[in-house]
Amino acid sequence: MTVESTAARKPRRSAGTRKSPSTEPELVQLLTPEGKRVKNAAYDKYVAGITPDELRGLYRDMVLTRRFDAEATSLQRQGELGLWASLLGQEAAQIGSGRATREDDYVFPTYREHGVAWCRGVPPENLLGMFRGVNNGGWDPNSNNFQLYTIVIGSQTLHATGYAMGITKDGADSAVIAYFGDGASSQGDVAESFTFSAVYNAPVVFFCQNNQWAISEPTEKQTRVPLYQRAQGFGFPGVRVDGNDVLACLAVTKWALERARSGEGPTLVEAFTYRMGAHTTSDDPTRYRGDEERQAWEAKDPILRLRRYLEASNHADEGFFAELEAESEALGKRVREAVRAMPDPDRFAIFEHAYADGHALVDEERAQFAAYQASFTDGEGA
Amino acid sequence: MATETSTKMALAKAINESLRRALEADPKVLVMGEDVGKLGGVFRVTDGLQKDFGESRVIDTPLAESGIVGTAIGLALRGYRPVVEIQFDGFVFPAYDQIVTQLAKMHARSLGKVKLPVVIRIPYGGGIGAVEHHSESPEALFAHVAGLKIVTPSNSSDAYWMMQQAIQSDDPVIFFEPKRRYWDKGEVNTEAIPGPLHKAQVVREGTDLTLVAYGPMVKTCLEVADAAAEEGRNLEVLDLRSVSPLDFDAIQASVEKTRRLVVVHEAPVFFGSGAEIAARITERCFYHLEAPVLRVGGYHAPYPPARIEEEYLPGLDRVLDAVDRALAY
Repeated sequence: MTVESTAARKPRRSAGTRKSPSTEPELVQLLTPEGKRVKNAAYDKYVAGITPDELRGLYRDMVLTRRFDAEATSLQRQGELGLWASLLGQEAAQIGSGRATREDDYVFPTYREHGVAWCRGVPPENLLGMFRGVNNGGWDPNSNNFQLYTIVIGSQTLHATGYAMGITKDGADSAVIAYFGDGASSQGDVAESFTFSAVYNAPVVFFCQNNQWAISEPTEKQTRVPLYQRAQGFGFPGVRVDGNDVLACLAVTKWALERARSGEGPTLVEAFTYRMGAHTTSDDPTRYRGDEERQAWEAKDPILRLRRYLEASNHADEGFFAELEAESEALGKRVREAVRAMPDPDRFAIFEHAYADGHALVDEERAQFAAYQASFTDGEGA
Repeated sequence: MATETSTKMALAKAINESLRRALEADPKVLVMGEDVGKLGGVFRVTDGLQKDFGESRVIDTPLAESGIVGTAIGLALRGYRPVVEIQFDGFVFPAYDQIVTQLAKMHARSLGKVKLPVVIRIPYGGGIGAVEHHSESPEALFAHVAGLKIVTPSNSSDAYWMMQQAIQSDDPVIFFEPKRRYWDKGEVNTEAIPGPLHKAQVVREGTDLTLVAYGPMVKTCLEVADAAAEEGRNLEVLDLRSVSPLDFDAIQASVEKTRRLVVVHEAPVFFGSGAEIAARITERCFYHLEAPVLRVGGYHAPYPPARIEEEYLPGLDRVLDAVDRALAY
């Protein structure tokens, strides 16, 4: 055995342990957790022209998204939803990147991108159908260029890549953004999407929200290198951004989308963030992580951070925050009422849309089902 | 009868001509896969297409089956109609997840808003002396999944026309190509009006027993019928053409006439398409049947090494044996 191979097989001391900040790469950050604006030579220009109104808009997006998310969590607890995947803590990553997209761009989400959906103008209640169990998706992806949620981990990164390849064929200058998590980075499909997008120079931005946990598995169980560095091996740039800094997420995503539009191919953005809640409402994070960790991340809360900045720079007054609070409550009420009003699907929906062109077996089984249902009606009538 | 538009061509060539026609007719049609470009595919089914339609229409892909199908889904979402090639049957499994969890279900998940007109071509079946993973018949694994259509031609004319229909379908179609019949020649009338994609076809009329087959086994069953005729038995042969949907009406009509049914396929008999046919035909034709529905196919064992594959594959004698058993009731 050679010296090299011995060295390669020996785990580095950091492997398998929680990350130590001193060895972590630097994040692109434009707003500190205290809400102070810091300069960044490379990315400042992407948010240079941002107006106070737009800053308040980002804040509003994050607050309303958090409110929607909290409402959905409550609705699950009340038995109105079968499951909910909360985005708590990831508002900046989603709003920053979502607001960086253009109308003609196309978004391929996983199942937690409620904030991105908000940015795309998808009515929030549309997201709840599958969690309530009235459909398995249910919206028209082309209405807002926001694809259906994808439950199988990482599948959508390939769909995004194929769609981006189509944009190139069409000679269009739209771009695609594909969302996935740190756990998905271990999936073969994600690696294959990196390969395809690099080979075809596809205009796609891979936006990895590294929220530190894939259910109970920490990022260390997925990778020995910082995730953004994966891109290098595929031949395109990767960058790590502070995922709790909405301004930095906006700037970095704008940069990556502009690269895509101008024919420079894919980019991997790793938004370094934290899932403050459970993986889903079925999960119990107290079994695998301690309170200290969450407390440390709460200090970096994305909403609080922007509020501090807005207040310090006099971009928002008490009236704005009060109005937003009222708007939040109204949104919660609207979502609550919308969910409760959602009708169960017609029982024949089982057979609807199984095929676009129809299928003899489906027709036969639908007829059998109808006859079976009708037998009850006949019985009642007799 | 051969007309001016009718030409004799090998099954592989018929698919090639069909793809060429589709590429000419619709700029949204794409051909994708490993080695489909310069090489023309390992079976040369896509020979010359890249030369004539360019690398943007006939796309050599990285060696990644899930990637091929997954990106085809994305291209279909963008309005393209990709026809992807999986090089061999046993290599489709890395793409199985994309096919069954994504491709098959997106139309339903979007309540009909999204259509995914993707064709997945898979050369399948044995009999060519190949190494492992190059001779399998996984059609039942796909037929079990709602949202997919599974078709397989047995001759050049069907290969030509069924490919046209598969590409025009708004549903995903798995197009199984019987690789050991690639070089068999048959008439193709490029002006004909083809029958519906999902309809079975009686390829030989008979009265004593129905042989149901598809893909590579149709030719075998025609040979069986010839051999049985020498013994004075008049067998009907039905080419299913489509495995999903299955044309049970055609099978029923034939069985009501002949009253005996033997189903033949290369795939393992256990949980195979023959089981589905036997069960449903028993339901439909219980009082017509003179004998239980018998099945002839592969064994519940890995596809064997090439030197003994003829023992595994349904051949003339094994099918004739089943015919004898059915007629003995």
